[in-house]
Amino acid sequence: MKSGSRLEKILKAGHFAFTGEVGPPRGANVEALKEKVAHLKGCVDMANITDNQTAMVRMSSWAASLICMQGGVEPNFQMVCRDRNRLAMQADILGVYAHGIHNMLCLSGDHQQFGDHPQSKGVFDLDSMQLIGMVKKMRDEGKFLGGADIDVPPKLFIGAAANPFAEPFEWRVHRLAKKVAAGADFIQTQCVFNMERIREWIRQANDMGLTEKVAILPGITPMKSVGMAKYMKNKVPGMDVPDEIIKRLQGVDKKNVADEGIKIACEQIEEFKEMKGIAGVHLMAIEWEHMVPEIAERAGVLPRPEV
Amino acid sequence: MIVAERKPFDEIKNMVSGYKRVLTVGCGTCVAVCLAGGSKEVETLNAELNLAFGRDKVEFGAETLERQCDMEFLAELDSKVGEYDALLSMACGAGIQFLAERFPSIPVFPAVNTSFIGVNLDVGWYEEKCRACGSCVLAMTGGICPVTMCAKSLFNGPCGGTNQGNCEISNDQPCAWYKIHERLAAQGRLDQIIEISPPNDWSNQKPRTVIQPGYEDRVKALGR
Repeated sequence: MKSGSRLEKILKAGHFAFTGEVGPPRGANVEALKEKVAHLKGCVDMANITDNQTAMVRMSSWAASLICMQGGVEPNFQMVCRDRNRLAMQADILGVYAHGIHNMLCLSGDHQQFGDHPQSKGVFDLDSMQLIGMVKKMRDEGKFLGGADIDVPPKLFIGAAANPFAEPFEWRVHRLAKKVAAGADFIQTQCVFNMERIREWIRQANDMGLTEKVAILPGITPMKSVGMAKYMKNKVPGMDVPDEIIKRLQGVDKKNVADEGIKIACEQIEEFKEMKGIAGVHLMAIEWEHMVPEIAERAGVLPRPEV
Repeated sequence: MIVAERKPFDEIKNMVSGYKRVLTVGCGTCVAVCLAGGSKEVETLNAELNLAFGRDKVEFGAETLERQCDMEFLAELDSKVGEYDALLSMACGAGIQFLAERFPSIPVFPAVNTSFIGVNLDVGWYEEKCRACGSCVLAMTGGICPVTMCAKSLFNGPCGGTNQGNCEISNDQPCAWYKIHERLAAQGRLDQIIEISPPNDWSNQKPRTVIQPGYEDRVKALGR
């Protein structure tokens, strides 16, 4: 075992992993955070705790990760390259491990222009690829990026993101290969709506032998409304929402749109359960945490296995 | 070249307000080429200042040097600055500081914002090309700088935010790594970026000096 995290054990035992996501509050509202975590308890193997997502200031991901852990859900501590230099990154990595966190997701981060402090200086001392390599070096070699020995190295299960849909499409699998070479143990993808494209991407990853080295968890986001689907299609960079999805949501009675969104998500999950090279799915029910138990139930992933 | 933009007039006006004799100093090199601080721009700025303050109340002199980043040219002002109680420099940040260093007893004000190291796309149209990071990766990236052109200065892009060839920050901003991929693919050199590019040595995080080979003894003799 590299880290002994619950996710690592689930994957090692060959179970289909099911992970969730919690956005920390825009303030110190611990009760709101605890409530979100409570919805996920027992339904997911691990919850991603986002790090100032969309460049908006929120409770720090490490602090929210601790609250998540106290709430009985294993956290996946997210870290973006936008807000910290390599010193702060390594310090926080040691800090979260010291508090019992065993998973970490390494991201570039949305550009600061999108958030509530567009005038801020983006750090980007390292990029996500270099961050993955640094966490691996800390774990496996017991050394800081600068080369000095670490007194008790942090044993973290290393996650990374992938967007199979962004151009240039033919380069995407090579970028995945770079992340695997850098040290990623698991990959959570951008929200999947274009199944055709992800099938092709996974086929390429299988052909290159990547899926034997890394656990791939496609991102699943149930559409709550037609407006949400249109917004994701037109406004969110790197998102690929085919017209068929929007048409299908438009084709049902207005009060049934959210249910249709969950149906689409469940159909995707069913296909991924059977797809070669897929190790699980990552559910991003954005501001819809209370629906996670129902979605998990309908997706047939409950109860979560004991490991 | 170094590209600059003139500061908003009111900001300049406020800086020099209260001084009676102000010398506006242009620079004949980069900022003249990019139409921000050459002799023409000195003339225009002084005309505006005269209008604002009144020709009889404040005197604005005009001098444009070949380069303000060179003591040899700054020396041309030695006999002239005594008549003035403030200097208004239209050079880049380097020139302004060297002017202030030459005449440390006189207040020096900047009339331009120094923007970037860039190229001339057309008359009056410039684009940033270099951040002077100190460890050039252009060999690997097909001659396109990811430190400058990528909004996140990624060394292993493109990130997931790349949007049909454009950057996530704007559809008017091409994605640097999309361009890098495109150029290297056309040259059959994608192997250049298949390896992980290691963390960068950000040597531009501390003040730097450069002494070219062969000039070390000369610099030593100058005692600097």
